[in-house]
Amino acid sequence: MENIKSHKRKLVVIGNGMAGARTVEEIVARGGREQFEISVFGEEPYGNYNRILLSSVLNGSQDSSEIFLNPLSWYEQNGIDLHAGARVDVIARPHKAIHCDDGNWYPYDKLIIATGSRPAVPPIAALRRQSGEFRPGIFVFRTLDDCRRIAEFAAKCRRAAVIGGGLLGLEAARGLLTHGVEVHVIHLPGHLMEQQLDQQAAAILKHTIEGMGIRVHLQKLTKAVLGDNEVTGLAFEDGTTLDCDMIVIATGITPNAEIGSRWGLTTERGIVVDDQMRTSDPDIYAVGECAQHRGRVYGLVAPLWEQARVLADHLTGSDAGVAYQGSKLATKLKVMGVELASMGVVAGDGEQDDVVQFMEPRRGIYKKLIIRDGRLAGGILMGDISKAAYLIQAFDRGIKLPDERLSLLFDTGAPNPKVTFDEMPAEVQICNCNGVKKGEITACVAAGRRSVKSVMETTRAGTGCGSCKSLVAELVEWACKGQVDDDPSINYYVPAIPMTKPELVEAIRMRGLKSVSAVLNALADGRDDPGSKPGLASLLRTIWSADYEDERDARFVNDRVHANIQKDGTFSVVPRIYGGVTSPAELRRIADVAEKYNVQMVKITGGQRIDLLGVRKQDLPDVWRDLGMPSGHAYTKAFRTCKTCVGTEFCRYGLGDSTQLGIRIEKRFQGVESPHKMKLAVSGCPRNCAEATVKDLGAVAVENGWQVYVGGAAGSTVRAGDLLATVKTHDDVLTLMGRFMQYYRENARYAERSYGFVERVGIARLRALLVDDCEKTAARLDQEIAAAVAAYRDPWTEGRELYEPTQFAEPAPVRGEAAGVAA
Amino acid sequence: MLTASLSVEKSAVWVLAGSVDQIALGQGRCFVAGKRKIALFRLRNGEIYALDAVCPHREGPLAEGVIGNGTVVCPLHGYRFSLRDGHGVDNHSAVNSYPVATRAGMIYVRLPGTA
Repeated sequence: MENIKSHKRKLVVIGNGMAGARTVEEIVARGGREQFEISVFGEEPYGNYNRILLSSVLNGSQDSSEIFLNPLSWYEQNGIDLHAGARVDVIARPHKAIHCDDGNWYPYDKLIIATGSRPAVPPIAALRRQSGEFRPGIFVFRTLDDCRRIAEFAAKCRRAAVIGGGLLGLEAARGLLTHGVEVHVIHLPGHLMEQQLDQQAAAILKHTIEGMGIRVHLQKLTKAVLGDNEVTGLAFEDGTTLDCDMIVIATGITPNAEIGSRWGLTTERGIVVDDQMRTSDPDIYAVGECAQHRGRVYGLVAPLWEQARVLADHLTGSDAGVAYQGSKLATKLKVMGVELASMGVVAGDGEQDDVVQFMEPRRGIYKKLIIRDGRLAGGILMGDISKAAYLIQAFDRGIKLPDERLSLLFDTGAPNPKVTFDEMPAEVQICNCNGVKKGEITACVAAGRRSVKSVMETTRAGTGCGSCKSLVAELVEWACKGQVDDDPSINYYVPAIPMTKPELVEAIRMRGLKSVSAVLNALADGRDDPGSKPGLASLLRTIWSADYEDERDARFVNDRVHANIQKDGTFSVVPRIYGGVTSPAELRRIADVAEKYNVQMVKITGGQRIDLLGVRKQDLPDVWRDLGMPSGHAYTKAFRTCKTCVGTEFCRYGLGDSTQLGIRIEKRFQGVESPHKMKLAVSGCPRNCAEATVKDLGAVAVENGWQVYVGGAAGSTVRAGDLLATVKTHDDVLTLMGRFMQYYRENARYAERSYGFVERVGIARLRALLVDDCEKTAARLDQEIAAAVAAYRDPWTEGRELYEPTQFAEPAPVRGEAAGVAA
Repeated sequence: MLTASLSVEKSAVWVLAGSVDQIALGQGRCFVAGKRKIALFRLRNGEIYALDAVCPHREGPLAEGVIGNGTVVCPLHGYRFSLRDGHGVDNHSAVNSYPVATRAGMIYVRLPGTA
């Protein structure tokens, strides 16, 4: 086929059911229309619809127009040539063409057979008229038309028999119940839904549905339909009969594989395919219920989706090495209002398996897990499926289960919100900053965005405080069914430069890049990405200290004017109050400034300081000058404050001098820049009034020393800090804190708070490095932090000497009309 | 070029905003023309752009935003707007953009007639 370049190849799809249509969608999503001219032949006169919702149509809870997957206009919009109501009868493989009952031949380069399946009809006497059609009152339950006909006929019936007590049969029974007929379910095996349930679960289910008025007859082999013209009943092999005036047959599926066997493709139960869904003819593929892969034919929807993805990857070449490995079957469904989840095997093999089981028949609850080698080999949940999402995930991915098995079946403590996306309603708000709901994120994924970053950019979820980022990432993964596009940029230090932090530091050092624009020119092709500039500015300052070439335009506005911008464009001013200890003279000055500059609000902060809110930009230098206090850095990614309790000086419980230590910490580390803000606290006894264990760094006095905690948080994320070490003296605390800070400065990602960093690195590793000095780096870290401390300069003194004339400029009036001034 | 533009749209007038060095290199600055607030941006390559100064999302001061990649990032919530035509990069409503010309270090902006 050397015409690839000049012409698009012709891709013909036989079958427009869920498998065929899904495969086409997946191909289109991979840009397949660039490569293929796509034609679809479907026997049903509609676009394709979602068959799993059929029983909802039957019971009236869903309108038939709502279950169409793709309306006819979808085909048009995507340039797909749809032949609806057209039957393909010949595959002329030597000529690579198909013949359709419209009388025409259609050539193909690649052919996909997705003819699906049809209801399996058992050999029962007197089912059909001489013409071969079913007699009136006998139905299969398969298509939209079947649904309509069953519902119409049920309206004039008194008693219906459903042959088949599997999933589909019970769905049919449930649908019929809503039409006011008496429903009998006839089943050959000894228990209902033997594919998904064991005997005990089936017995409970039987009891439950019988309570709803459905009669269940087990171990009944149907031999004949009774009645001359109209159906009057069923006769069984054991000699018994059942009166009924309509019959619905739901005994499974038969693959529509004849088209394969007739035209010479290897066909067993279904058309045999390899791991690329290829039949014995390399240009012909089969997908869905008509295909047989590694001996199995699948009748559920999830495997069909997987096959469609594999086939699309393979055909479009978007993943050349793709291979279908077969599907692990897990289903979650509602049978007659009974919630049910079933996965894998339904019974243990006795020898090597652990079976964990719980049963409460009167309440209709049954739970069973079959555990093999510490992983889930199968399970049944009925009546209470609150743990289904996690278990299905664990089964699907072969995740190692925790040793504690009880919590696999029950919520024994705090529920784990991460694994309940299945149950989570679409309107649950995921990102509280930007008000993004679960449904918006899943819709975004459905619209084709499959990387966390692109979903975040589109929905803005996770772009506020960022605390929901990991939740968003998990939700995207869930919504993609694990098919997340890899996005290497999440490991970049800044988006514009494809390097991790260590790589970037190395490149900057080697090339001697000292300004943000120099870095962007050298490493980002001059792309001056605004989202990358502040991160680079912070990193360069850490690397070069005093040699850093400051470019003010790379800074966020707060770091240009050393104050925190507020919603109305004014700024907040927080002077430094070391350890939260102030004096009447300072308070008086603050009060005077607040009055003089019409400060809109004076507020005590959570960090034991005083915030002056509503200061105009142009007043900032004057405010600072009149305050005569250093900046509290309440605006930047740096050391913020050190909160203290009263401590030994006055408190009758105090064990250590927390105020003195807090003041020393704050004087030493004030203004030291870091990947994100650092909030500290010191408590003078284990009562911990300063809440030091939920700070980025904290110290708590104990008898004979100080505990130093790192990685605590009490903001959008709440985390108890980890104990780094217990040390003797104030100096020890200062040294250890400084060492941690420097390690954090050097190794954390931009905007990564200490709680994430400590969790990522692990407290054991941090102890080994910073306390035990296992790599002999402590001395260097101590030196580096000392240099950073020495380089500190209070930015508020800049107010007396402007960095640039417009630094605090107010809005300028235009000078006037200049219509005639043009050059 | 300036005169040519003038003849195209008669209802608009060119106003003199001020001199180039009223805006720090690589930054923005807010200018006031009557009731209208205009943010002027001076790129490191010398180009100058003019947009409405108020972010349509929550009225953030766009002149205080970091610029780059042909966009300005609102300092309040990070919404981005194209410097060239004011369209919202984040699928959000746009801001007006205004033609700019520089002559002898002075910046002229063409504003709708009511300015």
